[in-house]
Amino acid sequence: MAVTPPANRLWWNEPIHIVELGWIVIAFIWGLVMFFTMVYWHSIGEQNLANETYKVVPQSFAAKAEAMTEKYTVRDEVGIPVVRPPPGSDVYLIARIWSWWPILELEKDQSYRLHLSAMEYSHGFSLQPVNINIQIQPGYEHVLTITPNQSGKFGIVCNEFCGFGHHTMVSPLYVVDRS
Amino acid sequence: MAATTQFRTCPTTGLKIDLAAQSLIKANAVAAVVFLAIGGLFGLSIALTRWPEIHLLPVDWFYMALTAHGLDVLLCWIIFFEVAVLYFASAVLLNCRLAAPRTAWVAFVLMVVGAALTNVTVLQGESSVMFTSYTPLRAAPNFYLGLIIFAVGALVACGNFFGTLVIAKEERTYEGSVPLVTFGALTAAIIAVFTLASGAVILIPTWLWSLGYINHIDPVMYKLVWWAMGHSSQQINVSAHVAVWYAVAAILLGAKPLSEKASRLAFLLYIFFLQLASAHHLLVEPGISSEWKIFNTSYAMYLAVLGSMIHALTVPGTIEAAQRKLGFNKGMFEWLRKAPWGNPAFSGVFLSLVMFGFLGGISGVVLGTEQINLIMHNTLYVPGHFHATVVTGTTLTFMAVTYLILPLILQRDVMFPRMAQWQPYVFGLGAAGISLFMMGAGTLGVPRRHWDVTFADSPFGFEFPSAAFMMLALNGLSAILAATGGLMYVVNVVASVFFGKKTADKPMKVAVPVSTSGQPAAVGAYGSAGSLNIPGTITLVTIFFVSFVLYYYVNWKYLAEVWPLR
Repeated sequence: MAVTPPANRLWWNEPIHIVELGWIVIAFIWGLVMFFTMVYWHSIGEQNLANETYKVVPQSFAAKAEAMTEKYTVRDEVGIPVVRPPPGSDVYLIARIWSWWPILELEKDQSYRLHLSAMEYSHGFSLQPVNINIQIQPGYEHVLTITPNQSGKFGIVCNEFCGFGHHTMVSPLYVVDRS
Repeated sequence: MAATTQFRTCPTTGLKIDLAAQSLIKANAVAAVVFLAIGGLFGLSIALTRWPEIHLLPVDWFYMALTAHGLDVLLCWIIFFEVAVLYFASAVLLNCRLAAPRTAWVAFVLMVVGAALTNVTVLQGESSVMFTSYTPLRAAPNFYLGLIIFAVGALVACGNFFGTLVIAKEERTYEGSVPLVTFGALTAAIIAVFTLASGAVILIPTWLWSLGYINHIDPVMYKLVWWAMGHSSQQINVSAHVAVWYAVAAILLGAKPLSEKASRLAFLLYIFFLQLASAHHLLVEPGISSEWKIFNTSYAMYLAVLGSMIHALTVPGTIEAAQRKLGFNKGMFEWLRKAPWGNPAFSGVFLSLVMFGFLGGISGVVLGTEQINLIMHNTLYVPGHFHATVVTGTTLTFMAVTYLILPLILQRDVMFPRMAQWQPYVFGLGAAGISLFMMGAGTLGVPRRHWDVTFADSPFGFEFPSAAFMMLALNGLSAILAATGGLMYVVNVVASVFFGKKTADKPMKVAVPVSTSGQPAAVGAYGSAGSLNIPGTITLVTIFFVSFVLYYYVNWKYLAEVWPLR
């Protein structure tokens, strides 16, 4: 029994029954399949998180975001500028307590190099209702290329706890059809 | 020392039980139950706050309760109980004295002091940093100090377990190899040492940082090392509760492992590979390469998952084989239909086995897939997943085995047997609901650790689909059900321990008496010698495997539909 020492003192010499062995082999192969599915997706899949990251001082990241905002602001909402950077350009998004800055307006089916960083705490970039979720850390500038393939008004919700105002940290993101 | 050790002989099993070990098992189990009660209450209040129509707690209380909930149930309840399991699997099962009872009491006191210190610090309100306390969020220094003291205590308890194994071997209190259950407990203890050491590596500098002696803790490095504790500690749970599954099947049904070799190999795979799981929390983190993520998140090609999948066959397989030997041989499932469903130890373990596998196991692998994590990270899917593993898996199993520990070790009759009969079903159903509905809300994008997903206080707001709010309401209802089941457990245990009738000095009705007196059973009575007749289990495992494969690829399909990013 499982609560007593093995009945056969040489238990390691006992053969494993074919049913058990068969299952072990199936489970092992399934593990390999799942492993290589991840690897394979890097070559054929369109959703792979970029590895491009730089160490950055929060103030200098903020300065880059401000420079971009100054150039491309088209209007403002509740005091936060809405920027419409040209397709293919570098877009900066600051996560800080408790807002996203600035608000982005992107064109459908165009690619952007999105730079993400946080000012003081960790934040979570959660694009809804698309449901893309990326962690943002202070001191790290993460650069990824995104291609919005739907137009409309989306929400960026913070999904990493960042203090008692965390629940107010949400901002729109606009994707417009090419005019 | 050995000469002064006092034993009693268990009338049911014939085992010699060290009275010091017995008192320690009692103390640790009772402490565990107290923390379960406190932590469970916090859990209920959180679920009721997430239910938008009720929205019970104010914002500061919510995050405080969330921090305390994680601490009390994930850490205190489970580790205290695991210490009890370790003492049981060493001293009791090996017929041996506990290595150093006095040190074991010191460990217990350290753990109580540490847990209390951290709890009090959290309740003072300045340390609502969540259980994970990600830097640069800063808690009061005593928050970390309490955890460190607790971890030291737990480490000392593990030391006692190892010491007991050594003594049992030297004093030849058993023959041959240690029982499979002890082997599983040993797995848990080895992983615990790794876990607690990782905890020390990260919590000590973080404590010094909160005191102002260190000025920077890198947030990604913090997560990497913290989760070497945080996730690996869940693997202690897995090893411990799988060991308990084997133990309960053996004690109630006389079940034998199908193959000692396969089951032990499965535990060995846990020791080698489970520690890599820290990566599960870093899949959408900046600054870490995809190669590292893929290798680590898959436990080096899913070798630890392989361990669990082996147990998924061997645990129900041992139960089926034992039941068939007892004569339940008709058709494919008579063994299961006529299993002792009225015995809470059995029903709890079997429910736990099914739900851990189907809800917790499958969702865990999917969530831990590098790219799929993009559509799940930090949503409610995550707590949905780990409530399936930790609540329907570990907690339900520990509850179930309590109904055996009460009469066999603590020598008390269960005070309210009818309530005990219903308890695993009520709690299991509630916990399954919590898991499923949180996972459901998570797939709709609802974030975890969020006080108000209606965004009423925000200048912009965002509207989640109404189905998400329905999920949150159902989650609240399930939490009420689970809390009811939890209360039924706590009341029954506390009443039985302190006011229950002493068990009569006669054997309890368990299927087959446990005996380590050393008569070797007929070698390979079934199972390992080639008469493995378990068609029911094969059917169940096939259903499991098909669900696993389908659910896995359905999620790849969901992923393929979101915005391209690279």
